Amino acid sequence: MAINHLAPEQTEQFADNIVGFARALRAAGMPVGPGAVIDAMNALPVIDIGNRPDVFTTLEAIFVKRHEHALIFSQAFNLFFRASEEWKHMLDSVPLPEQAKKKPQAGSRRVQEAMSQPRMTETPQHQERDLRLSVSDKEILQKKDFAQMSAAEITEALRAIEKMRLPQAELLTRRQQPDPRGLRLDMRRTLRASLRTGGDIIDIHRLGRIEKPAPIVALLDISGSMSEYTRLFLHFLHGIGDARKRVSVFLFGTRLTNVTRALRQRDPDEALASCSAAVEDWAGGTRISASLHNFNKLWARRVLSQGAIVLLISDGLEREADSRLAFEMDRLHRSCRRLIWLNPLLRFGGFEAKAQGIKMMLPHVDEFRPVHNLSSIHELISTLSRPLPPHHRSLIRSAA
Amino acid sequence: MTSATLPASVDAMLELLTSRGYLAERSLATVTYLSLRMGRPLFLEGEAGVGKTEIAKVLSVALGRKLIRLQCYEGLDVSSAVYEWNSAAQMIAIRMAEAAGDTDREQLSSDIFADRYMIKRPLLQALEPDVAGPPVLLIDELDRADEAFEAYLLEILSDFQVTIPEFGTVKAPHPPIVIITSNRTREIHDALKRRCLYHWVDYPAADRELAIVKTRVPGISAKLSQQVVRFVQALRDQDFYKSPGVAETIDWATALSELDARSLTPQVVGDTLGALLKYQDDITRMQGDTLQKVLKEATSED
Repeated sequence: MAINHLAPEQTEQFADNIVGFARALRAAGMPVGPGAVIDAMNALPVIDIGNRPDVFTTLEAIFVKRHEHALIFSQAFNLFFRASEEWKHMLDSVPLPEQAKKKPQAGSRRVQEAMSQPRMTETPQHQERDLRLSVSDKEILQKKDFAQMSAAEITEALRAIEKMRLPQAELLTRRQQPDPRGLRLDMRRTLRASLRTGGDIIDIHRLGRIEKPAPIVALLDISGSMSEYTRLFLHFLHGIGDARKRVSVFLFGTRLTNVTRALRQRDPDEALASCSAAVEDWAGGTRISASLHNFNKLWARRVLSQGAIVLLISDGLEREADSRLAFEMDRLHRSCRRLIWLNPLLRFGGFEAKAQGIKMMLPHVDEFRPVHNLSSIHELISTLSRPLPPHHRSLIRSAA
Repeated sequence: MTSATLPASVDAMLELLTSRGYLAERSLATVTYLSLRMGRPLFLEGEAGVGKTEIAKVLSVALGRKLIRLQCYEGLDVSSAVYEWNSAAQMIAIRMAEAAGDTDREQLSSDIFADRYMIKRPLLQALEPDVAGPPVLLIDELDRADEAFEAYLLEILSDFQVTIPEFGTVKAPHPPIVIITSNRTREIHDALKRRCLYHWVDYPAADRELAIVKTRVPGISAKLSQQVVRFVQALRDQDFYKSPGVAETIDWATALSELDARSLTPQVVGDTLGALLKYQDDITRMQGDTLQKVLKEATSED
């Protein structure tokens, strides 16, 4: 009962168009596989292709698999099917052109650095400029080049990351696995085993709860005042992401960006480069309150739902410190299992929480730690490796 | 129960849904129609309360098919989603065999792991043939299940078959109609989405929402229903932690209708706001000026 609205020669032309359209989407950064193209070919004959909205919805349902891509799709669709000869031009105007760009060769930066003289770090002018940026009220939309970090620093950071041993099991899940000391009887395996002996039950098999590591969610401040640390922390977060599965990373300055996917790439240089490509406000101002609000509203329910530990990495120098900041911190604190604030300012011996923003945030964290050098990162790791505080553990066990 | 024939066009689909009181956007009708025609699962994402689950229920009624629902939760595993062996009955069978002096192990093994000792859970039920035609399988709130369960779903959703070690492979003669919903509390893996038609269900526009309220709350006056929809639409523009969905709109309209409210007043809105907003913070923010402003917008005649 197929309704074919197409003449044979039209079908061929349409097929060409669909293939071309799929290629355009791919070039715009959407993951479109050949399977989707075949789906589209199968779907179009059963709808009325004279009806533009229907064609739009059909192709959207097939090509778009993430809500975030819907905008790119609709732009591409409108451009492509207005005048298909113009589609080459379209590639310039669509966001997310990462995939189209030639990938930098993995590790090339490190090799270059290793070959060249170590550069002088932090000349006085340099510091002065950073200072000016950090107090600037204006949102400075600029892409900071990662190549500024010296090879020696990267080596050190990587060495620290290699030494990390994060705990692999801390949260009891509701899933079960064979466990000789488990509490539940595994009837299925017991019966199967007993059949081997003709029905005598000689061996009782048991089930226990599977334990898995708690997810980690990192919120990293990339404003101007933090710029000396950003790269190191990103390396650190990339390293944790290698070791355990559920790590989500968000960067914030004046706005919040989810870079979890960008950071999943194997090679640290490539991962960091795609992070910097995704972020528009490197080393600009800070709007902690607004960024936390966005996180609470858009992401908290999605990434904190399974008892996550939150690492908030920020100096807390907020320009617009008002009651909203305390409110958002409180909400964040209540929706995660543990909120650890890592603040590089703590490296100064006589640090006092004088800044208004810091005063507002402090009551709402479980832990407040320095993080400015390798030894403090080591301390952080040992904190994360410690078993949960007893009351947390018992709560989780008794809830089981 | 006889099964209705599948709609033959997007318009027929739209009509079918409307006839059962589900006023869908054309785009939703299009993807639903496509998923039926192509035999592909339909993956619906969107905020809570926009009617994702409802469409599966309506489809099953409209097409005269059985609705099989799998509610996902953390820790959902094969024994509660697919099948489980009835161990107690198996044990009795073994004892009986013993008592009868039956010692053929192979025979006993194949007797024990037979169809009648199997407790079928939703996914396996959905693969079984049904007189009314393939059932509607609703996999609800998949984002609540763990990643491991998603991987298990891959086999079922692409080949519509399940492999049981002691039993063999069970394959559906005709694939069920599969609707998967997610509220995005976590991202679903791309491998699974790739096997589905994906659609983002949005809040409805004002005129459609008004039509939905009139259909679902029959006794409501024209004036009140208009005010209710305007009020809710204005609320969605506010920066709330959880904006009210269509389900909340219907709840609220029903509540107001039960209270015999004629039009929105600060008093009546204040008393029933809990039907719309589910977070204390959001309700607190709605007191005072914001409430006055939104209420004024909603009740002004234009």
